[in-house]
Amino acid sequence: MVENRPWLTIFSHLVVLIGVAIIAFPVWMTFVASTHDAQTMLRSPVPVLPGPHLLKNYSEILTQGYARTSGIPLTIALFNSMVMALGICIGKIVISIIAAFAIVYFRFPFRMAAFWAIFVTLMLPVEVRIVPTYGVVAGLGMVDTYSGLIIPLIASATATFLFRQFFLSVPDELAEASRVDGAGPVRFFFDILLPMSRTTIAALFVIQFIYGWNQYLWPLLVTNKESFYTAVMLVARQATAVDATPSWNLIMATAMLAMLPPVLVVVFMQRQFVRGLVETEK
Amino acid sequence: MEKRVTFNEKTLPYLLVLPQIAITIAFFFWPSWQAIYQSVLLEDAFGGNTRFVWFDNFAHLFRDPAYYRSAMITAVFSLLVAGLGLSISLLLAVMADRIVRGATAYKAFLVWPYAVAPAVAGVLWGFLFNPAVGIVAWTLRIFGYEFNYVLNGGQALALIVFAAVWSQISYNFLFFLAGLQSIPKSLIEAAAIDGAGPGRRFWTIIFPLLSPTGFFLLVVNVIYAFFGTFGVVDGLTKGGPAKATEILVFKVYNDGFRGQDLGGSAAQSVILMAIVILLTVVQFRFIERKVHY
Repeated sequence: MVENRPWLTIFSHLVVLIGVAIIAFPVWMTFVASTHDAQTMLRSPVPVLPGPHLLKNYSEILTQGYARTSGIPLTIALFNSMVMALGICIGKIVISIIAAFAIVYFRFPFRMAAFWAIFVTLMLPVEVRIVPTYGVVAGLGMVDTYSGLIIPLIASATATFLFRQFFLSVPDELAEASRVDGAGPVRFFFDILLPMSRTTIAALFVIQFIYGWNQYLWPLLVTNKESFYTAVMLVARQATAVDATPSWNLIMATAMLAMLPPVLVVVFMQRQFVRGLVETEK
Repeated sequence: MEKRVTFNEKTLPYLLVLPQIAITIAFFFWPSWQAIYQSVLLEDAFGGNTRFVWFDNFAHLFRDPAYYRSAMITAVFSLLVAGLGLSISLLLAVMADRIVRGATAYKAFLVWPYAVAPAVAGVLWGFLFNPAVGIVAWTLRIFGYEFNYVLNGGQALALIVFAAVWSQISYNFLFFLAGLQSIPKSLIEAAAIDGAGPGRRFWTIIFPLLSPTGFFLLVVNVIYAFFGTFGVVDGLTKGGPAKATEILVFKVYNDGFRGQDLGGSAAQSVILMAIVILLTVVQFRFIERKVHY
């Protein structure tokens, strides 16, 4: 810093520490709740330090589930979430990178029309066209299928833009050289462009994995069968079930496991995460 | 910007854009058109007959006090979410930027809430403030303040604001921090040599230079409060008590799926579409300006 002001530095640490504590507090309480038995979690005040029932709660929720709202074990919902998150994130990257490749490296009629058609989707989030989009998916027989969970969400203007931006920054000499050497567009794409896009792909992967895992409204619409419920859906269903005494220990164990995978991705791939977030600008 | 070097192929480029375009047409354009189309139709309760009713659905909506109430709630909600979210994360970013030692550790501790689904965030905050077992509700009661979001509409709204702000703080924080770190140190040093203290430096140099970031984040946060918070509401209050937290996005879902009022829900969709298009245009105009900044 420009000058030494010890008090101000201490004050800064203090403010940030309080911020960190407040931000972490809900998750701490969730973790604590997931380590006690159901009776303890019904008496107010609830404990603020972990108890001895961690393994029991987690194994119960993973193998049997939360009987009050649905019989499915959390393992199935976690599997569904994983399929959906990976499907959305890989699907988005694949169809966006090839679309951007076409738009940047070819001249063809309707090229700009295609570009704008993709661009406009930024303005049509699923939340504003809930009922008709459900109608399309139901008409195609995609309710209660993995393709229904994944395919309608994999069109991506942001990913297409990001790849377009990156391809435009790739020196023309590379394409020229490979053409002189007799390589066609497919060869050029796989041998040169794809390896060069590694960092962009990694950044997008992190952002889109979190996006896919945390989807809530869409799975709520297109799943009726419990065997297709996602982990995030289960958490909300358990917590808002009104008719029975809640077992907070099990609900919170579900919540912990439902947030673990995306949080781990952010913590361990923080560099790619920040890059992806800042570059996609949502 | 265009490439000088391109490949000559007749069909390959079409095949490459086909998947993206097909999905866009099937799941974006067609449903949006359907929403516009349904918004001028009236379907009877048994789904048999539909009638073309011009703008009756919209007129009905604009005469409906419940719609006004939902719009007002959404306005208050997004104002609070954007206002609180931006000021808290700006404070944290400015403080974190001052810290030299341990800055990366703090950053790691502040970014992970982004990875928690809004619906899960709603559940976590609901648990903290649960009238029966919530630790915060219990503490407040000791201080003589009764907090019961299940019965009190104002408190329920406050709670979904907390949960929504919590979910969005990491995003704002990262952008503010990036903005702060891109301000040239020499400017701040020059001001310090001229005798400006930290407070003065913040308001006369840092804050104005940060305003493009702030404006961008304001738009993003309003879009988030309008459309990204469905999960928070559904995981926490389900629009209640007595529709006190029924924001517009939740009402579209509720009227269309629960209430089966397709025409009314479609008219609401069209209005929301207009709002999101407006906000996106504002956002992009701003990004264009940032390039020349």
